[in-house]
Amino acid sequence: MKLAYYPGCSQESAALEYGISMRKMAEVLGVELWEIPEWNCCGATAAHSVNHLLSLALPARNLAIAEQQGLDVVTPCAGCYNRLKVTEHYVRENQQMRKQVQEAIGANYRATNRTFSVLELLVERLGIDFIRSKVTKPLKGLKPVCYYGCLLVRPVELTGFDDPEDPRSMDNLVRALGAEPVDWPFKTECCGAALTNTRPEIGLKMTHTLLKTAVEMGADSIVTACPICMLNLDMRQSQVEKEFEVKFDLPVYYVTELVAVAAGISPQEAGINLHFVEAVNLLHNLVVT
Amino acid sequence: MQALTDFNHNFIQNLEDQSGTQINQCYQCGKCSAGCPAAFAMDYTPRQVIRMLQLGMIKESLQADSIWICATCMTCSTRCPRGVDTAALMEDLRRQAIREGTASDRKIEIFNDLFLKLVEKYGRIYETGLILGFNLKTSQIFKDSQLGVPMLRRGKLHLLPKKIKAVEEVQAIFKRVREMERQER
Repeated sequence: MKLAYYPGCSQESAALEYGISMRKMAEVLGVELWEIPEWNCCGATAAHSVNHLLSLALPARNLAIAEQQGLDVVTPCAGCYNRLKVTEHYVRENQQMRKQVQEAIGANYRATNRTFSVLELLVERLGIDFIRSKVTKPLKGLKPVCYYGCLLVRPVELTGFDDPEDPRSMDNLVRALGAEPVDWPFKTECCGAALTNTRPEIGLKMTHTLLKTAVEMGADSIVTACPICMLNLDMRQSQVEKEFEVKFDLPVYYVTELVAVAAGISPQEAGINLHFVEAVNLLHNLVVT
Repeated sequence: MQALTDFNHNFIQNLEDQSGTQINQCYQCGKCSAGCPAAFAMDYTPRQVIRMLQLGMIKESLQADSIWICATCMTCSTRCPRGVDTAALMEDLRRQAIREGTASDRKIEIFNDLFLKLVEKYGRIYETGLILGFNLKTSQIFKDSQLGVPMLRRGKLHLLPKKIKAVEEVQAIFKRVREMERQER
């Protein structure tokens, strides 16, 4: 399978290990990733907060390059995924908007290709049985909660994926890797997103609720497929601990890291040593026992 | 309560067009507010913000801190039994508040402007420039400074910006969008 690859800006900075594990995972699963040459930022929340046309035109330039190659697109970032899907939707459904977007990017983009999230790639395109067949080092004993967050399942009219209230795709996937996912009520509860930056007194409280609940439910880790969720749960975990005078030391994994490790890649090769909360030991201990 | 003046009527009409949703569909059940993960910090719950709009209390809705606390997680829009896209309404209220100069919190506006300027200049986000610029403009220079060194050590921050080779194509998009909007006006 060959897909156009849209990494998104965070893969070059805060979510470095997401990009590393994505590539490693694709390699072991036999998925060829064709990185969109000279891809640009999707505009993120900033563009659609300020200018609607700009928020469609910035993603459209990338999608048009992939369309010219006749390729569907995969992106690991849940934020980019949302922006690319919104663009696809408008260009497909709204003739007036299509014309405006085409004029803005100077290309005849018609949205004949589709964008997939990493979860969609794994669960729908490749399939759980296929993933299971690639597992050489089952994650036996790992008890994570699967955290889907907002943008992978919402709005369901755009994603058409899983269930916006009780998604199960990641739980099924993680189970196929040999782990024992722990059920919890906050699968799609918001992590606080950018509020941890703009209004930390609110954002950190939201992140704290997730970390606390995960531990209370008996999980030993969290799995996510979103760089912003990771930023809050992993990088800001120490800020949450300080603010609420608690200690979690709770490892947080990208779903790509767990697939890569279960398929035989070492945690270091998958970039897990780049996390803020130490997360390599838990996986090493699994492999030993 | 204020009467629905022409100004208010036009405002609501515009808001509904922009957000693609109808405020009179809301029958005030409050499901949006019960599910909102940030409602605990809001001065008015999402249900109350919509009620204000229904009553023509435009000024009050634009001054509500709630619209800046909304994290756009879309739980409200997903759960609304009447199909009201509350998250889209919140977003358009933010845009309007910026336009009217009544934003209770200017940080998000500053962040968005800086973000887009960097994308136009480099084609991608230059995260060090974004963080430092934001902290400087919002007078909180040492905010998150404890994260800087660990990020640098992990290669997650870059001191210098990286410009994509095709940056002219991205700049052309910004330019054309501006021209198209000028023509429309």
